[in-house]
Amino acid sequence: MSTLEAARTPVADAAEPRVLTFAQAVREALAEEMRRDERVFILGEDVAEAGTPFKVLSGLVEEFGPQRVMDTPISEAGFTGIAVGAAMTGMRPVVDLMFGDFLTLVMDQLVNQAAKTHYMSGGKLKVPMVLRTTLGATRRSAAQHSQSLHTWVAHVPGLKVVLPSTPYDAKGLLKAAIRDDNPVVFIEDKMGYTAKGPVPADDYVVPLGVADVKRRGDDVTLIATSSMVQVALEAAEELARSGVSAEVIDPRSLFPLDKDTLVASAKKTGHVIVIDEGHERYGAAAELAAVVADGAFYHLDAPVRRLCAMDVPVPFSPVLEDLTVPTTASVISAVRELLQPGN
Amino acid sequence: MASSDGSPASVAAREAAPAVGDAALALRMYRQMWRIRVFEGHANELYLTGKMPGLTHLYSGQEAVAVGVCEALEQADYITSTHRGHGHCVAKGARLDLMFAELLGRAPGYCRGKGGSMHIADQENGNLGANAIVGGSAGIATGAALSSKKRGSGQVAVCFFGEGALGQGLLYEVMNMAQLWKLPVIYVCENNQYNEYTHFRETTAGEVLGRARAFGIRAESVDGQDVRAVHRVATELVRAARAGEGPAFLEAHTYRYHGHHVGDIAREYYRPKSEEAEWRERRDPIKLFADVLVAEGTASAEQLAAIETEVKAEAEAAVEFALAAPFPDPSEVTLHVYA
Repeated sequence: MSTLEAARTPVADAAEPRVLTFAQAVREALAEEMRRDERVFILGEDVAEAGTPFKVLSGLVEEFGPQRVMDTPISEAGFTGIAVGAAMTGMRPVVDLMFGDFLTLVMDQLVNQAAKTHYMSGGKLKVPMVLRTTLGATRRSAAQHSQSLHTWVAHVPGLKVVLPSTPYDAKGLLKAAIRDDNPVVFIEDKMGYTAKGPVPADDYVVPLGVADVKRRGDDVTLIATSSMVQVALEAAEELARSGVSAEVIDPRSLFPLDKDTLVASAKKTGHVIVIDEGHERYGAAAELAAVVADGAFYHLDAPVRRLCAMDVPVPFSPVLEDLTVPTTASVISAVRELLQPGN
Repeated sequence: MASSDGSPASVAAREAAPAVGDAALALRMYRQMWRIRVFEGHANELYLTGKMPGLTHLYSGQEAVAVGVCEALEQADYITSTHRGHGHCVAKGARLDLMFAELLGRAPGYCRGKGGSMHIADQENGNLGANAIVGGSAGIATGAALSSKKRGSGQVAVCFFGEGALGQGLLYEVMNMAQLWKLPVIYVCENNQYNEYTHFRETTAGEVLGRARAFGIRAESVDGQDVRAVHRVATELVRAARAGEGPAFLEAHTYRYHGHHVGDIAREYYRPKSEEAEWRERRDPIKLFADVLVAEGTASAEQLAAIETEVKAEAEAAVEFALAAPFPDPSEVTLHVYA
């Protein structure tokens, strides 16, 4: 390489946005926060040398050592409880809960302990911890490794619930979650870990509670969360070819919830579909639909529709599993139905 | 004394009979036990006279455990407590007036009236809170010990729980990690014999200390009605934890004078009155300690009576303060949901 080429290379890099996978973005957020704040540490199953089964944490133990990237026994309730106590006493733990299905195992520590401590103590004690976990079906992992249980935790006052959908958001939201003084459940789409997107190397933060308009449109609003954002964007792209202009909004956190952005879009388009990979009944989509109905009722031309995971345990057989979640095709079909004259 | 699983008496408990010891410490422990006893008497009265919302679980009879353990701790050391937590709270240094205010749901209470009897936290004295989930604080105490170790602060954490918590899996998960990571945490099992309305022998297979020893955790048992014995063994376990020797488990044999909660009045179907009378008359930790203090010449009967009188006056003033204190402003209801 000539001297001239060597000098030009970084310039060329700077002009091109840096691209990372979702997993790399999560890892970078953790590394940056651990460098910035020595109180931050990670604990969970196979987080150190193994870097988790999803390899999201690969390389962190090499930089930060086993005291800050702590492998635990297979004791989800135990290490979550330990994180609560550590958070109450000056540390900022980040718990790695491999599968979102394992939320069932940690619910007392999360719901009765972490979420209520600040309130029950009259504001004296704080629990600044993050619990990272996953959601999403179609990995052929069957009923106990495929659920999207974000609604369960979003129901609990005292918890914040974050659902990043892009590598950029994952990095910025995770950094915000780690700096937050409350217990934050940070849920990653396990099927999206390899998705790529621009991620600045800068120390940026995406504040919790600010929705993002992922695509502008005028005819219909698609409110989509986590794994469903990409599905909605693909549907919007397809619909644009036939002249339908869909707006795609990602709330990015279920609590705090940016109601204003959702309602403003609903008022503009008059047609809203909420797309979420949780079960339909009593789900996140129902809450988001209610928020839109409350805030934009007189602007709506049709009832708010929901597209969610079917209300069945996630089946193993691929032909069955694929029926249970919304797809680009089902979104397009729902939009066409919603926009039919007279609807 | 034999430990509960029949193994040889523990090293700490085998030590020579108590020396006269530090008279100031002895009198402080005596006063603290009285403060708990009198506090609980008023709590019961407040319930019976309809002045206290909800209900409460009284610690009377178990005073020597909280006091013996907490007197072995520094102010900065941590404790976690239980639904039967007033004793731990007092023993760790709390004020009676702010505790009564919390029991009555008043604004000046320790938790601004938002916690109540089962959730008093007093972080200035290292009390990370009582907990209404049986065994629910085992993770918190162990996490506080992990935090202490990471920060190099030298603080020790004590997890108080009743023998009913021996049925909870969380306890064993965190004891395993505490031993793997040599955390400065002491699990204090107050065996008052009753899991709510059921004798612990009906709910507890095997041996209590054997459960801790299976993890390689040092396990001791002590007469929970003997405040000096509790203090002696706790002092040794705290020293070891602070020195980096890892966690410990202490089973204190004790007895709950009242029912599971203040409303548990007709309880002969699960334990006879004669058993209660036996403990109250012959195993009372305050009476036993008073006899020792007078016999060994540490204090006169008059000195001890004066302490009792002072404590009763303090508690009466504290109750008056709480009854006169304002309720929280309605605007408080949405305050402190998030930090």
